[in-house]
Amino acid sequence: MSTHTNPSTPRERLVVIGNGMAGIRTLEELLAKAPDRYDITVFGAEPHPNYNRIMLSPVLAGEKTFEQIVLNGRDWYEANGIKLLTGDRVEVIDRANRAVTAISGLTVPYDRLLIATGSTPFIIPVPGSTLPGVVGFRDLADVDAMLEAAAKGGRAVVIGGGLLGLEAANGLKVKGMDVTVLHLMDTLMERQLDRSAGALLRHELERRGITVLTGADTAEIVGNESVSAVRLKNGQELPADLVVMAVGIRPNMALGKAAGLACGRGIQVDDAMTTSDPAILSVGECVEHRGQTYGLVAPLFEMAKVAAARLAGGTEAAYTGSVTSTKLKVTGVDVFSAGDFTGGKDCEDIVFRDAARGVYKRVVVKENRILGAVLYGDTKDGGWYFQMLKDGTEVAPVRDTLIFGPNFGGGFGGEGAANPKAAVAALPDSAEICGCNGVCKGTIVKAITEKGLSNLDEVRSHTKASASCGSCTGQVEQLLAITLGDGYAGEAKAKPMCKCTDRTHDEVRRAITSLSLKSIPDVMQRLEWRTPDGCHHCRPALNYYLLCEWPGEYKDDSRSRYINERVHANIQKDGTYSVVPRMWGGLTSAQELRAIADVVDKFAIPTVKVTGGQRIDLFGVKKEDLPAVWADLNAAGMVSGHAYAKGLRTVKTCVGSEWCRFGTQDSTGLGVKLERMTWGTWTPHKVKLAVSGCPRNCAEATIKDLGVVCVDSGYELHVGGNGGMHVRACDLLVKVETEAEVLEYTGAYMQLYREEARYLERTAPWVERVGLEYIKRRLVDDAEGRTALNARFLFSQSFSQDDPWAERANGSVDRHEFAPLAQVG
Amino acid sequence: MDQSISWITVGSVEDIPRQGSRVVRTDFGDIALFRTVADEVYALEDRCPHAGGPLSQGIVHGARVTCPLHSWVIDLASGEAVGPDEGCAGHCPVRVVDGAVQLGLAAFRPGRGGCGHG
Repeated sequence: MSTHTNPSTPRERLVVIGNGMAGIRTLEELLAKAPDRYDITVFGAEPHPNYNRIMLSPVLAGEKTFEQIVLNGRDWYEANGIKLLTGDRVEVIDRANRAVTAISGLTVPYDRLLIATGSTPFIIPVPGSTLPGVVGFRDLADVDAMLEAAAKGGRAVVIGGGLLGLEAANGLKVKGMDVTVLHLMDTLMERQLDRSAGALLRHELERRGITVLTGADTAEIVGNESVSAVRLKNGQELPADLVVMAVGIRPNMALGKAAGLACGRGIQVDDAMTTSDPAILSVGECVEHRGQTYGLVAPLFEMAKVAAARLAGGTEAAYTGSVTSTKLKVTGVDVFSAGDFTGGKDCEDIVFRDAARGVYKRVVVKENRILGAVLYGDTKDGGWYFQMLKDGTEVAPVRDTLIFGPNFGGGFGGEGAANPKAAVAALPDSAEICGCNGVCKGTIVKAITEKGLSNLDEVRSHTKASASCGSCTGQVEQLLAITLGDGYAGEAKAKPMCKCTDRTHDEVRRAITSLSLKSIPDVMQRLEWRTPDGCHHCRPALNYYLLCEWPGEYKDDSRSRYINERVHANIQKDGTYSVVPRMWGGLTSAQELRAIADVVDKFAIPTVKVTGGQRIDLFGVKKEDLPAVWADLNAAGMVSGHAYAKGLRTVKTCVGSEWCRFGTQDSTGLGVKLERMTWGTWTPHKVKLAVSGCPRNCAEATIKDLGVVCVDSGYELHVGGNGGMHVRACDLLVKVETEAEVLEYTGAYMQLYREEARYLERTAPWVERVGLEYIKRRLVDDAEGRTALNARFLFSQSFSQDDPWAERANGSVDRHEFAPLAQVG
Repeated sequence: MDQSISWITVGSVEDIPRQGSRVVRTDFGDIALFRTVADEVYALEDRCPHAGGPLSQGIVHGARVTCPLHSWVIDLASGEAVGPDEGCAGHCPVRVVDGAVQLGLAAFRPGRGGCGHG
């Protein structure tokens, strides 16, 4: 907690109960209209920032991560001065004193209160419904519970064959469980689908291995300590390790009811989204409006717009109810429905089937206007039908070809061809593209042209189109293509560096060079970083890129170093450190070994181990002892082994011609020369070298970042190998005749890697990415280029070969890193 | 803020590197003081709710710190792990008065673990 000064003028206090989609959307709309009007406090019962609840299904199915469905991270709340209290449930609304009290005991007064408590899954009250292993499908905790169960395999029973139940069933099946869906009615999703579409859906789910039982009425959930089976009223018993209840939701109105607000099926609100207490508004799934409750996202957002306008002081905005449409978010199953399709008197059904493609479409027309639509297998025209349905468009002129969609010759769009681009082009500006956020085509096109948007993310951030469920992403991309023509580059496939930027590693590096950016804040400012000071992914990368680009000029930013590189030792799991002094080429001496032994005794170092890189590792050194340990090692002539660095680690050698009867060259001596030349360098990832004295290769040189294998006639240079999780043997780069050539090639290779590999990319994946031929072209074919690379390497080395231990051992650098600030008590 | 809290001065803001941390040893164990790029000061138990890693050794970015052991990201204001991880580091009231950093140790609230490494 931090102490901040209070703003000088007191503002009205707005408290929001509920950190879900409806409440936070209201705040977004409010901040756009009246950013400074309120001091805002948000209570969220879940321990998360605001996330996109309708995307829990893809999270369950493993198609998205939680991070990808966060709508507003904690930084958004901070940036807007909103106090967010997560994991703290409001228990009492004291209307007389205008204050709410949370379970933690915290009491916050309000001038205006917004209740957005959403809904809770309805748990059918059968025996056993409270057993462990019975979950709803409502929040991230439910998804976690399902994923945990799925990780063990076994059998899942999903009670409820509606939208949520089927998404849960599909996700659990994808995760490897045996899944049975129990549905009380005869048709799956009977509120959204007619029998024909329901049957097609059922066949598709069964084809995926999901068992579907319709007309199945649950009698009891069986189990002692946790669920073991579900028993049906007809006596059938289904073994189960997990039961998901997805029979429906109930508005979460308990808080409003206890406070004495007028409630029916939900908290009752008027067209201004105001409850029976004029100081209290309510939005979302917890409300009842004109006798209706809603469980889909689009109505929530329409309510949020009105509530925000009212909170901002407006007196006009009114919510008059929503017409809804539905899409099933099961990958590969396209289902769309909207309006009333029960048919009946005076209704006319227009049906189209294509068995080969598994397509079924039904549009219900009454008095020449669309009353409802069900689409299965081909849902691309859903938006077109839904728009006409909402607008009450007269369809008589296109009645004959209505079922073929807007692209067919007679559609409103005129001569649209049978392709998706033409379909989008044919839509009127008022056509709704994004159903979740209610964004129409005209708004998107206008934003693209007026704000100069060029990609999907920009459209999302400016208009919110395709920012929720994402099912209109294809259409938004078509709009970009139509509006920008050749100016639309398509969506970049390369991954951005991190969430702080859309730019890739390579793009950032090019910008550092071309714009002469010389500090991390410079890079962040010029390249429009979205965070104030980056994150643990981008900061170490930027620090490296700047260090590499501006040797001798850029000042290393220790705050952007991982801990090991900041304190020049390796952190261990208990918070102590390990210390590895350098042993040049793997050589040591009695004096060094004596000094190491003395250090071990003096500092009671518990473990001493020989490493794979031919040196000695001292484990369990306390952080505050590090400077004194280094001082003693320095005194015996030893320096840091950089065993912690994205830099040169070791040069492993065998004894070579000096002792070995097979040795062809002085491999140890050459190893020492290589280590003397390359130590202290910073590289994208760690670098290990080795020199073997003959092709028997005792130094394992052909799985190193650069390995030298000595032969009678000279030296083979091998590159791009590593051990690790994905072992990769080196590729032969070149054979040379002299040690001088070995040193020049090594410097040039190191520098090429430093300048062109991405941060945290080792040489093995780098060589695979750019290709051995490219490396050969730069280092072997281009002698001049090789010399220049080597010269740049040696120049940068002139700034990097200071022993980091020495300057810290004498207390001149980073003293604060190694001592506590204070001792209290 | 509760008036009854007694505040103990442990150092000055300048003693903590910006985007960095310093440790205060207390009867409740080590408390890590963080100073953000915006010069806000926060105090958490120096113990990641995941596997007990020393948060004071992590990279500080915005009002968050990334644990040095397994890169859990912890919200400095609440101690909560940032989703999808679950857990909360212990935390302690802290305030800055005329550049002096003061801890309200008596109001220390312990954390709760994530995946049970204890």
